[in-house]
Amino acid sequence: MSSEQSREVARPGDHAGVPDRFDNPGLPAHRHRLTDADPRAAKRAERQVSLLFAASAIGTVIFLVGYFAFPLEDSTFGELQKSTLVLGIGLGLALFGIGVGAVHWAKTLMPDTEMIDERHPQRGTDEDRQAAVDILALGAEESGVGRRALLRNSLLGAAALAPIPAVVLLRDLGPLPGAVLSETLWEDGVRLARDPGGVPIKLEEVTPGSVFHVIPENLSESEHPLEEKAKAAVLLIRLDPELVEDDPERAGWDIDGVYAYSKICTHVGCPVALYEQQTHHLLCPCHQSTFDVTQHCKVIFGPAKRALPQLPIAVDDEGYLVATQDFTEPVGPSYWERG
Amino acid sequence: MSALAAHRRHPLAFVALLLVALLATGMLYAALAPSKADAAAQPASQEDVDAGRELFLANCATCHGLQAEGSDAGPTLIGVGAASVDFQVGTGRMPLQATAPQAPQRDPQFEDEQVKQMAAYIASLSPGPAIPDEEYLTPLLDDDERVAEGNELFRINCAMCHNVVGAGGALTRGKYAPPLRGVEPVHIYEAMTTGPQSMPVFNDANLTPEDKQSIISYLGYVDSVPSPGGVSLGSLGPVSEGLFVWVAGLGLLIACAVWLGQKSS
Repeated sequence: MSSEQSREVARPGDHAGVPDRFDNPGLPAHRHRLTDADPRAAKRAERQVSLLFAASAIGTVIFLVGYFAFPLEDSTFGELQKSTLVLGIGLGLALFGIGVGAVHWAKTLMPDTEMIDERHPQRGTDEDRQAAVDILALGAEESGVGRRALLRNSLLGAAALAPIPAVVLLRDLGPLPGAVLSETLWEDGVRLARDPGGVPIKLEEVTPGSVFHVIPENLSESEHPLEEKAKAAVLLIRLDPELVEDDPERAGWDIDGVYAYSKICTHVGCPVALYEQQTHHLLCPCHQSTFDVTQHCKVIFGPAKRALPQLPIAVDDEGYLVATQDFTEPVGPSYWERG
Repeated sequence: MSALAAHRRHPLAFVALLLVALLATGMLYAALAPSKADAAAQPASQEDVDAGRELFLANCATCHGLQAEGSDAGPTLIGVGAASVDFQVGTGRMPLQATAPQAPQRDPQFEDEQVKQMAAYIASLSPGPAIPDEEYLTPLLDDDERVAEGNELFRINCAMCHNVVGAGGALTRGKYAPPLRGVEPVHIYEAMTTGPQSMPVFNDANLTPEDKQSIISYLGYVDSVPSPGGVSLGSLGPVSEGLFVWVAGLGLLIACAVWLGQKSS
C-alpha cells in the first residue's frame, strides 16, 4: 500500500530522462596524490615518515632511561608514579611511532592504484564431484558396513559407551555442594558479635537508630572463617516496633524492635549495608536493590527478587543477644539446587 | 621537731590530722582527675543556657517549636544532646537553607560561641550525647596500627555509604552520604554519636571512643597522603574511571581508525 503510494508520488516527476536500468558505472577515474605528482611533496612525506620512526627510537631510549633511572627497590609512591609514567610514555611512543610511520608511508608513498582480483567460482567441476561420490561408495562397499550387521552394531555400541569415562572423571572433580549453601554458622544459642573484634553485643547497647555489623561469636573457631562470614554476616537494626508491619509468622523473632537481617543481597550477594535511619530503607551498593525494613526487608526497588532473610534472635541469661535458630531459608542469591 | 613530738598526744591532734588528710585527698583528686572534670564539658553556665535560649527562639523555634517540642516542619530536639546542635549548626546544615531531600552543608551561620550557647540550651532540656572530649579528636597519623584499625572499622561500618576513602556517595531518592575529606574531627565524631539525617547512630558500645579516634586517624591519613595512582578522578571508582577511559581512550582509538580509513590527498 505504502510502496504504491510512494511510486505514485515518484511518477509525476520527469520520467523521460531516467533509463530502465542502471549500468555498473565501474571504478571512478584514478586521482593522483600530491606525492605522485610533485617530487618535493614525496620528499617531504619521506622525511615525515623517517621523523616518525625517529620518534619511535627516542621513545625506546626514554623507556630504557626510565627503567634504569627509577629503581623500584625502597621507592616511595611518588617515585613509583614517575617510573610508571615515563615507562608508559616511552613504550607508547616507541610502538605508536612505528605504527603511524608505517601507515603514513603506505598512504603517501606506496602505489595506490586500484587492482582487481576476480573471485574464483567455489563449485568443483562435475568430474571432481562424481569422483568423490565414487570414492565414498567404494569405501562403503569394501568395508562391508551394509552387509556385516554384527560389526556395524558392535561398533555403534562401543562408540556409545566410550564417553562414559569422561563423565565419571568430571563427576570426580568435586563433591556436590550439599547443604553448604543453605546452612550458616547460626544456631540456637550462638551469640551475636561485633564485626570486627568479635565482642558479643548486649541488648541495651543497641540504642534506637543504631546499626551493628554482626558476625557469629564462634566465627573465628570455624574451619573456613571467611567462607562462613560470607554467609553469616548480619545487620542488627533497632527501630520503633510500631513502624514494622505485623507478621504473625515472625512473632518473637525480634526483641523490642531489634531486628537482625542477613547482610547478603538476594540478587548477586553484595553486602547490603547502606541503612537510611529515617526512611528505614536498606540499599545495596552494587545494583541499587532497596529493601524496606518496616516490611521485613521486602524488595521495593531494584533487581533483587526475594526479601532479605531474617535471623530470629533472643536474649540469653547474661543479657547478650543470641540467635534462636539458623535462617529459615538460604541466604544470598539464587542457585540451581535452591529450587 | 621536738615541738611536733610534744603535741603528738594533744586531744586536737587527731582532728588536725584528719583535716590535713582530707585536704590532701581533695587536692590529689583535683590534680589527678582534671580530664574527668573537663569531660563534663566545662559545665555550661546559666548565662550560656539563657543566651542559647534567646538564639533558639530567634532562629530555630519556627520549625522546632517554642519548647523544642518539634512541629510538622521539624523534629523535636529534646534529648538530641549538645553534640547534635554542634554538628548541625557548626557545619552550616542548620538553620535549613531550603526544603530538599537532605539538608545541604553551607557556611556556618553562627559564631562558635553562639553554637556552644545553643548546644548548652538544648542539653539543658534533656540529657543527650555531649560535645566530645578533645582527647579523642586528635588524628594519630603516626600510629600505623591505629590508622590500620581505623581503616578496617571504616570499611565495615562507613565505607559502603561514604566510599572507602571518604569521597562520599549516593543514597536513594536524592539523598547522599557527604564526602568526609577535610571535615573537622569533632564533626566526624559528633556525626557518629548522633546519627544525623539518614546516617545511623554508632554509640560508644558499637564504636568505642578509641574506635572513633582510629576512624578519625584513618580519615586524617587519607587526607594527608597523595594519590599513589596519579590523578584520582575524585576517587569515585569505576564510574569516573570508566567515563574517562570511554571518552578519552575510545576517542583516541576512533580518531586513529578514521585517519586509517581516509585517503591520502
